[in-house]
Amino acid sequence: MSLAASTTRHARHLGVALLAAALAWYAGAQTPTRITDDRGRVVELVRPPQRIVSLLPSLTESVCALQACDRLVGVDRFSNWPAQAAALPKVGGLEDAQIERIVALKPDLVLAAQSSRATDRLESLGLTVIALEPRSLAQAHEVLEKIALVLGRPGDGDVLWQRIEAQIASAAARVPAPLRGERVYFEVAATPYAASEASFVGELLARMQLRNIVPGSLGPFPTLSPEFVVRARPGLVMASAQNVAEMRRRPGWAALPALRQGRQCSFDLAQNDVLMRAGPRLGEAADTIADCLVGLGKDAR
Amino acid sequence: MNVGWSAPRLAAALAAAVVLLVIAGLAAGSEGWSFAWRDEWTLVAEIRAPRTLGAWGVGALLGLAGAIAQGLFRNPLADPYLLGSAAGAGLGVVLVLAAGGLLGASIGWTGLGWVTQIGLVVAAFAGALVGVGLTLLLAHGAARPLVLLLCGVVVGVMLGAIADLLLLLSPDALRGRQVFLLGSTGFLGWRSVGLLALALVLTLPIAVRFARALDALVLGEASATSLGLPLPRIRLLLVALMALATGSAVAQAGLVAFVGLVAPHLVRRCVVVTHGALLALSALAGGALLLAADVAARSVVAPQELPVGLLTAVLGGAYLMVLLRRRRGLGVVV
Repeated sequence: MSLAASTTRHARHLGVALLAAALAWYAGAQTPTRITDDRGRVVELVRPPQRIVSLLPSLTESVCALQACDRLVGVDRFSNWPAQAAALPKVGGLEDAQIERIVALKPDLVLAAQSSRATDRLESLGLTVIALEPRSLAQAHEVLEKIALVLGRPGDGDVLWQRIEAQIASAAARVPAPLRGERVYFEVAATPYAASEASFVGELLARMQLRNIVPGSLGPFPTLSPEFVVRARPGLVMASAQNVAEMRRRPGWAALPALRQGRQCSFDLAQNDVLMRAGPRLGEAADTIADCLVGLGKDAR
Repeated sequence: MNVGWSAPRLAAALAAAVVLLVIAGLAAGSEGWSFAWRDEWTLVAEIRAPRTLGAWGVGALLGLAGAIAQGLFRNPLADPYLLGSAAGAGLGVVLVLAAGGLLGASIGWTGLGWVTQIGLVVAAFAGALVGVGLTLLLAHGAARPLVLLLCGVVVGVMLGAIADLLLLLSPDALRGRQVFLLGSTGFLGWRSVGLLALALVLTLPIAVRFARALDALVLGEASATSLGLPLPRIRLLLVALMALATGSAVAQAGLVAFVGLVAPHLVRRCVVVTHGALLALSALAGGALLLAADVAARSVVAPQELPVGLLTAVLGGAYLMVLLRRRRGLGVVV
């Protein structure tokens, strides 16, 4: 008897819970979430998406950093962090997304870069697409909060950003005094093109109290004449390990003060990813730079 | 069409142009024009001087290769870029870069040691030979100029696509791709200048020496043979010289389009000469052309830079268009 009574009671509890959930869902359905994406398009979401395809590594990382990695069903081939996202089906690159594969995954939301050509095609096939492409620290914050809103967790993006800000601040505080104000050249690729003051990398470098030799007036990632760098005589160079290694052999570069004094930060592939993505790992990016500078500061002493 | 200059006069004019352009090349810096060479000695000696001379060397080799090709195939539109040999040389370079990546010793494009430099030249030379060989095979020889050109374009597109595929598979090599495909003189150092000079010293005198065969070819193959020239052997030699010139240029500066096409044309517009003089003058003119393009590439948007290959492709392409439009008579040679 008592067993049956307890079962009935449980059933009643379950019923109440279900009803509450249904009401909550209904209430949620009544007030759809409105997001204005980077194209200026207003996208309405009736309920938080449960099957998300992300076509930009920084957006993939943002979704996962907001504890919603399990809602991802597919990512672009460059999304390699975290491990859980890296293991998902790959649906092509940023410019050559595999439309059929994406549609087959039946996503209720596709997150894409603003510049992606896939966006229009996916929308015409009836998918919901939100285009977000953070290009500055402020936009990285904005995008995080927008994704939090999309995921039905408003406010979580702001909280996460505060943590990132704190991490950047504490990394900046670790920069050894002799290196503060040092003039830095941050090479993105050997063309050579660099991160200027106007890029998010440049903003990060400024936060680390370094002075960029490449002015923002040239655009965020300008292609430079090699002579520009040699003439600017940076006291600090940062680039991928391979580029740093070959810098010495470029005509005239061996004389750079930074290379002569070994004031260089070379980043491996994983670190490069962290540095080149305006996503939730920007705090880690600041730490990566600070770690290198602390190491250089020790050598200097 | 012909301006009617004498060969020495054209040579003097070109030499004067080269001297002026070299001065411009030494003065075109990232902050605009500067002639305070003593204050900026390192910049001038380490960067501007080698890239200026290097640009001239690459242009000279391409001009020479173009002049050889146009004489050899009796085709006014022949050019290393249009014959598949530049694309073949490019594939050779990419193969070395990709192999380096697979072996773990990733080879950057912008700072190379001696061994890799020479390896790249050898690979580019072999690739250029393969490219032009495939084109000749496909066109059943060089008898029909437009067919040859079409086959060259097909071979060029195919070898270029294979290079692209390799680059996709090897991300390390991919990083240098843009610089390479668009052509760049930005990182030419003294070592590159040395290699280019060596290639020029090896190819130009031999080519001039055997230019008599090209003169004979103008009269047709039969008359060339009747003059007692060992035609097949000389042809092979000239193809090899063209490939060496193209390969050396591509290995140093990537794919620079149309210099090889335009240089001999400019020379022929000014003078009527035998092939010996044409080859030498074309080298001189090609050097001047690429040098001018290099100075423009680095001064137009300084301190940013345009890929020099893009400039030559746009300007040379426009010239090719004018040429095709003017030469309605081309239909006759098909």
